Amino acid sequence: MSVVTNTTTIGAIELPSRRNTELLLLGFAVVIPVFAYLNVGLAIDGKVPPGMLGYGLGLGLLAGVAHLVVRKFAKYADPLLLPLATLLNGLGLVLIWRLDQSPRIIARYKTFSPDAPNQLMYSAIGVALFLLVLMFLKDHRVLQRFTYISMMVAIVLLLLPLVPGLGADVFGAKIWIRIGPFSIQPGEFAKIVIAVFFSGYLMVKRDALALASRRFLGLYLPRGRDLGPILTIWAVSLLILVFENDLGTSLLFFGMFVIMLYVATERTSWIVMGLLMAVGGAVVVGSFATHVQSRVAAWLDPFECLKTAPERSNMAAACDQMTQVLMSFGSGGVLGTGLGQGNSDLIGFAANSDFIFATVGEELGLTGVMAFLLMYGLIIERGIRTSLAARDPFGKLLAMGLSGAFALQIFVVAGGVMGLIPLTGMTMPFLAYGGSSVIANWALIAILIRISDTARRPAPAPAPSPDAEMTQVVRP
Amino acid sequence: MNKPLRRVAIFCGLLVLALLLRDNWLQYVRADELNSHQKNRRVTIERYANERGNIIVDGKPITGSVDSKDPYYRFKRTYTDGPMWAPVTGYASQAYDASQIEKIEDGILTGNDDRLFFDRTLAMFTGEKKTGGNVVTTLNGAAQKAAFKGLGDKKGAVAAIDPKTGRILALASTPSYDPSSFAGYSGKDEKAWVALENDPDKPKLNRALREIYPPGSVFKVVTAAAALEHGQVTDINAATDTPEPYNIPLSRVPMKNHAQGCKNASLNKALEVSCNSVFAKLGDEVGREKMVETAEKFGFNAEQFVPIRAVASVYDKKMDRGGNAQSSIGQFNTATTPLQMAMVAAAVANDGKLMKPYMIDKLESPKLDVVKTTEPEEMSRPMSQKNAQLVQQMMENVVSNGTGGKADVDRPGVKVGGKTGTAQHGVGNKKRPYAWFISYAKTDSGSPVAVAVIVEDSAGTARDDISGGGLAAPIARDVMEAVLDSGK
Repeated sequence: MSVVTNTTTIGAIELPSRRNTELLLLGFAVVIPVFAYLNVGLAIDGKVPPGMLGYGLGLGLLAGVAHLVVRKFAKYADPLLLPLATLLNGLGLVLIWRLDQSPRIIARYKTFSPDAPNQLMYSAIGVALFLLVLMFLKDHRVLQRFTYISMMVAIVLLLLPLVPGLGADVFGAKIWIRIGPFSIQPGEFAKIVIAVFFSGYLMVKRDALALASRRFLGLYLPRGRDLGPILTIWAVSLLILVFENDLGTSLLFFGMFVIMLYVATERTSWIVMGLLMAVGGAVVVGSFATHVQSRVAAWLDPFECLKTAPERSNMAAACDQMTQVLMSFGSGGVLGTGLGQGNSDLIGFAANSDFIFATVGEELGLTGVMAFLLMYGLIIERGIRTSLAARDPFGKLLAMGLSGAFALQIFVVAGGVMGLIPLTGMTMPFLAYGGSSVIANWALIAILIRISDTARRPAPAPAPSPDAEMTQVVRP
Repeated sequence: MNKPLRRVAIFCGLLVLALLLRDNWLQYVRADELNSHQKNRRVTIERYANERGNIIVDGKPITGSVDSKDPYYRFKRTYTDGPMWAPVTGYASQAYDASQIEKIEDGILTGNDDRLFFDRTLAMFTGEKKTGGNVVTTLNGAAQKAAFKGLGDKKGAVAAIDPKTGRILALASTPSYDPSSFAGYSGKDEKAWVALENDPDKPKLNRALREIYPPGSVFKVVTAAAALEHGQVTDINAATDTPEPYNIPLSRVPMKNHAQGCKNASLNKALEVSCNSVFAKLGDEVGREKMVETAEKFGFNAEQFVPIRAVASVYDKKMDRGGNAQSSIGQFNTATTPLQMAMVAAAVANDGKLMKPYMIDKLESPKLDVVKTTEPEEMSRPMSQKNAQLVQQMMENVVSNGTGGKADVDRPGVKVGGKTGTAQHGVGNKKRPYAWFISYAKTDSGSPVAVAVIVEDSAGTARDDISGGGLAAPIARDVMEAVLDSGK
């Protein structure tokens, strides 16, 4: 019979940091795009693309540095977010490079310059911003201090495209500003800033918004004065829709606000009100904005609308675009034509930005599109999980706001190009060509990683008390 | 805050689920419809993405493919002697789809046919560029040339068949068009296409297969076959009981004869000088049902697929006795394609056995392996061997003693049988008549060629000269000689 002779201390089991899981997944996230790159090169030129080594090293370097910084500054962060973002960004680069090789797209421009090198540069800037956020934002609660500044910044960002001389009209939508040689989509950055504002604001006001209400028809109706914020946001959304012609951005901001309001107050009445206001606003604007009307016509039946729309009108262009996109998806079928072998370059305009998902559809097929959607779904899921795990209401709201906005954006863009809802002028995060989008989304991922690190970080061990020490030691 | 958070999570999941369902709808359920949509340029892009296979005559290609380096449609179709071969090849245009062999055998020519699956897969592994397979036709270059040259700038058509097998040897139609002129999709191509579409002479019409003409006297061969086959006449040299003038049944209109000596003329004599009265009366005696039966055995009243569709020739099934009598000499509602009349001549030449006409001999893979060969196939037996030989006797008599003298070929050991026709048409027969000639050549080893020629209104020719014997017979002779000389 043995007698326990040694002393055993039961300490807190340290949570696994999951950094090695992340590293392993990052390996895949780098290797898969490199193979895709090789695939495109072989399909188009029949030889190994010369830039492959550089591309692989570049992507590997970005991922490696990002991983090291996460390991150092956000040790307990969610292990999936970084690999998913890297994979999507890498595949996006491959798709943009693939479209750069298209002789049809080259022939369409007088002076054609490939977009992939620019996108690689933007990705590098995006990753740099990601690193900066992680290094300097040690605690996301710091952002709470900037609640009202955020509001101002967000409004300025959203209204910038309307400033004469600064804003640029691209195919009807005024969501760009042009500074020198650069085009910037301020809405992409506003998405993050406004989430900060909503979180800070709702955290403070949520009790008032939730409790001070009257019951009417089984719903808790807020007091008139508490309606102020939602009305303001609604009005700003409508302004964006009317003056910037951008259904997507407008839907995104309003939807995000309603979701956060609901999460903060736990009152279903806000959702009902939000939906009513959204429908009302959409109907009113849709009845007089021709831009919206042509998008709706193109959505309802693009092939029919192509026959009836007057030639060379905006509506005909919108419908033609939609038919091209749908045929691109249809031609992909279940397995797709294979990278580099499709004809998605028949889409005359914005093939590598707004409509890049059609290239996924045609060349990677139903299988590829579903894989991409699931990857996006996974990012959303990790974001919401972070929100659930966060210990402070500000972090909860911010994580929810960011992942909710991400989800809405995926739905609006993918649903738009696949004809599920009317098309809007937004782009697939990480996949589409565009500096603002890539940079802003890397920042978004950085904030989510920061919150998830705080959420999963084990609470600091309580200060040891000598008494407690005694009682816990079992002596033979 | 976690309860609403979970609900929002479910909501986000539903959003993604909606996208997944929509994508399945788009890329699985609707994939085929979208992929083959007429607005989808991918079909055409695919057609011209690789070097297109060729259509082959006498072992030589009559088509080609040039690499135009165009980013949309890379290879462009070219044709050698386009106008001459257009009724055979059809066209393959980047802007205006394709027709005839180019359309029917598109799968082989592009290399996308399922039967070429193995070649494609192999090419994928060996890294070779995909190319199309070839379509080998049954046509005879010399005969086609003779037919096309013979028609010259006149409007008309020629169809020639090998009676023993049904292989189509010549298929010409004039005025013709050059399919190269609109093979691309540029403004020039559009101009050429629009000009052809608006041309009153309809150059794009394949007259040999797609136009039906009143056959006039050449139809008397069918009536003669019906009379023999249904026992109305047993001795071709016996006098018939035909009054002069002979009135069309159910009317008091006499059937005009352009020839002399038709009263009680024998069948042989009646065919030699082309008596309307004798054949109208015979057709009436055979009766509509049996005339229809024989005509349909020759191929009337049905579309023919060679495999290009030829429109159905007509022998009316519902007309009255008077109509039937007139139809028996190729008037009234009777109308026929040149191919159909060539089939009539071929059936006679092949001792009563009609072979199914065809123009695609075999399909070859890009590696020149045979994918499919067309075997000769018997279509019907419009008459017995004995009766067929009687008709041959009479048709040969037409050439040696009658109206078809100009068709006689000067080749030892070759017998030629033929029948002329001059079909009137238009209100009160005011329009210039159609000149017809059908004939065959026969050697000891059977008949190598049967031909039908029609020449439409020929402006500038005196009306009396527009007779099958004068205009059409020389063309038939040249075609037959070309076939005989090519040693088949």
